[in-house]
Amino acid sequence: MTAQPTDIATYNFAYLDEQTKRMIRRAILKGIAIPGYQVPFASREMPMPYGWGTGGVQVTASIIGPDDVLKVIDQGADDTTNAVSIRAFFKKVANVAVTTYTASATIIQTRHRIPEHPLTAGQVLVYQVPIPEPLRFLEPRETETRKMHALEEYGLMHVKLYEDIARHGRIATTYAYPVKVEGRYVMDPSPTPKFDNPKMHRSPALQLFGAGREKRIYAVPPFTEVVSLDFEDHPFEVQTFDQPCALCAAENVYLDEVILDDHGGHMFVCSDTDHCEKRREEGHRGHLAPEMMEPAR
Amino acid sequence: MPTPLVVSDVAKSFTMHLRDGIKLPVVAGVSFSIRAGECTVLGGPSGAGKSSILKMLYGNYAVDEGQIIVKHDDGLIDLATASPRTVLAIRRQTIGYVSQFLRTVPRVSALDVVAEPLVERGEDRESARGKARALLAQLNLPEKLWALPPATFSGGEQQRVNIARGFITEHPILLLDEPTASLDARNRDVVIELIAAKKATGVALLGIFHDHDVREAVADRIIDVTAFAPGKIAA
Amino acid sequence: MTDEPLLRVSALSKFYGSRVGCDNVSFDLWPGEVLAVVGESGSGKTTLLNCLSTRLLPSSGTASYRMRDGQFRELYRMSEAERRFLMRTDWGFVHQNPADGLRMTVSAGANVGERLMAVGDRHYGKIRATAVDWLSRVEIDEDRIDDEPRAFSGGMRQRLQIARNLVTGPRLVFMDEPTGGLDVSVQARLLDLLRGLVTDLGLAAIVVTHDLAVARLLSQRMMVMKDGRVVESGLTDGVLDDPRAPYTQLLVSSILQV
Repeated sequence: MTAQPTDIATYNFAYLDEQTKRMIRRAILKGIAIPGYQVPFASREMPMPYGWGTGGVQVTASIIGPDDVLKVIDQGADDTTNAVSIRAFFKKVANVAVTTYTASATIIQTRHRIPEHPLTAGQVLVYQVPIPEPLRFLEPRETETRKMHALEEYGLMHVKLYEDIARHGRIATTYAYPVKVEGRYVMDPSPTPKFDNPKMHRSPALQLFGAGREKRIYAVPPFTEVVSLDFEDHPFEVQTFDQPCALCAAENVYLDEVILDDHGGHMFVCSDTDHCEKRREEGHRGHLAPEMMEPAR
Repeated sequence: MPTPLVVSDVAKSFTMHLRDGIKLPVVAGVSFSIRAGECTVLGGPSGAGKSSILKMLYGNYAVDEGQIIVKHDDGLIDLATASPRTVLAIRRQTIGYVSQFLRTVPRVSALDVVAEPLVERGEDRESARGKARALLAQLNLPEKLWALPPATFSGGEQQRVNIARGFITEHPILLLDEPTASLDARNRDVVIELIAAKKATGVALLGIFHDHDVREAVADRIIDVTAFAPGKIAA
Repeated sequence: MTDEPLLRVSALSKFYGSRVGCDNVSFDLWPGEVLAVVGESGSGKTTLLNCLSTRLLPSSGTASYRMRDGQFRELYRMSEAERRFLMRTDWGFVHQNPADGLRMTVSAGANVGERLMAVGDRHYGKIRATAVDWLSRVEIDEDRIDDEPRAFSGGMRQRLQIARNLVTGPRLVFMDEPTGGLDVSVQARLLDLLRGLVTDLGLAAIVVTHDLAVARLLSQRMMVMKDGRVVESGLTDGVLDDPRAPYTQLLVSSILQV
């Protein structure tokens, strides 16, 4: 891809130089070829601090083209600082179209959520990953964890779940819940709520994971088996909510608690803001939805 | 009468490397056999090598020369050259040993110390304990001591535990190293009874008894160990 | 008694450059046998143990292990995956320092259960029941099952390490100074426990120790090492009661009597 001069920035298209993109694409291809395997890559310094999604940004920058439509979400929201900034970044350095609508996006970069709207073939979900190594909690030696992955020694992963049950009576891990990919590699799905784990399983979309500080890329190709680890007598379960979204009345979606005042008032609303807005446009109403907001026709 | 153990031309010496390698000959030309259903006694003064002979027969002391042929497992084995594993098998099945002192193990009760040889030979623990109880009762060890580890027992009490441990099995050969040394008259008599019972079942016994009365009571034959003094051979 | 040994070691040597770790060590170990390897620091006993447990590769020599299917396998020709599998199923390794053999930041129950989970047990209730059983066998109260070993005394940690190793029913256990660094009374309890477990489970064990009393209590056979070489071997009571090599005589005569 050749550099596209714009009137705002004189960076190479999508910020990274072409050699870097080729290197990252090779890592991505290897990741796709070995689902769930953490491929090391030469992570670059990005114009934002580690922890702000440098891994995801590098993956997105390496796969994005001028015709792509980009959506960026942070904890499900399109309108938080991180999401707005990254969207603005790519608008500036790649001059691509951006959207908040899940179905319209070709690339969705996400921090810690999978959209509620089902993904389709041809879409790419790019995860920002802080700690790619699921075994690190119990085995800090990278030399050892790599060997454990190589030899498929995953007993330790269940030790973590055992500890949960011993301490809390149930598997209390609610995010970054470990999964086994295509019956082989155990993978950290990034700190998404375990509510989203079933969405990874046999997803028609390509899922890419980038960890900038840790310099690792991994991938789940479309229609890949993704199974959450569990015990026979403590099977994997997703979170359930005892009330629907206060704004759009959606059920079976992931809700965030929103504090309304300093008197203990609060409500539960969709974490996926796009999903919530679409539902309200379609006329769905939760018990706290503002009256004056007329459904769009 | 069968002879399950034959000793021929056995010699033993100690080389004291810490004292410029001086060699202390103990016995030489030891030759005898023991017979089933008999109690053979090694006689002679202290230092004549009685205990060393017994220890060689148990595979505890190494043998410099000669043979110790044991009938074991329907075959004949030379204990003097047998592998450690074979010696262990012989100790398990063929040769029992009552030492002079009990080697106590921390925290194991007297009852289990006695029952252990049977358990090691595959007997059920409860049935082994039953036999141990019977023997300890016969040896007049107060029942309140049975559950205690023998480390704190008196010399006589420990010795009775030791005797019970040695007599509980049905080894065809039994070596006795002064089993009555620290016993009172009543318990000496019990040991004499136990030895008689072993003889009656065809066990070949070989013992050292300093106590004249016990020796008179149990000995079928006395072997004078002074005959095996190393000097005699050399001369 | 089985007709074939469990482990056959032949002419095993390990050199660190020109320095001798252990030199030309050969022996057979049968099921249910406990072999003590004694000698002072630097005698090569730990090098030997590490070679046998495949934590270290020897410079030359062979060691074959009789697998559960009855076939002998050459240890140093196995793949690392096979060796590691052996290590966590059919073998145990009890370290002198329990922190080296335990996961200090997970509960006692998980420490015991880890090997079960590693071989595919996926039933929490059963894993926990097994852990409870093993904790009681090593005399740790059931109500400590969710405590981390960091909160345990040295003796308890060592007993926990033993339970963690024995839970998969190994046939061979390596022990490196298992009572080192413990108080005498704690040592006695541990020794007694080990002795009982070894007898009850019919374990074969190779115990490295510099403590001849430990060797006498635990082992039937003994090898005395000096400068990387075996200077004397035989029945434990034989070696201790009638030591023949000059070095063994020195060792035995150095025991303090109480």
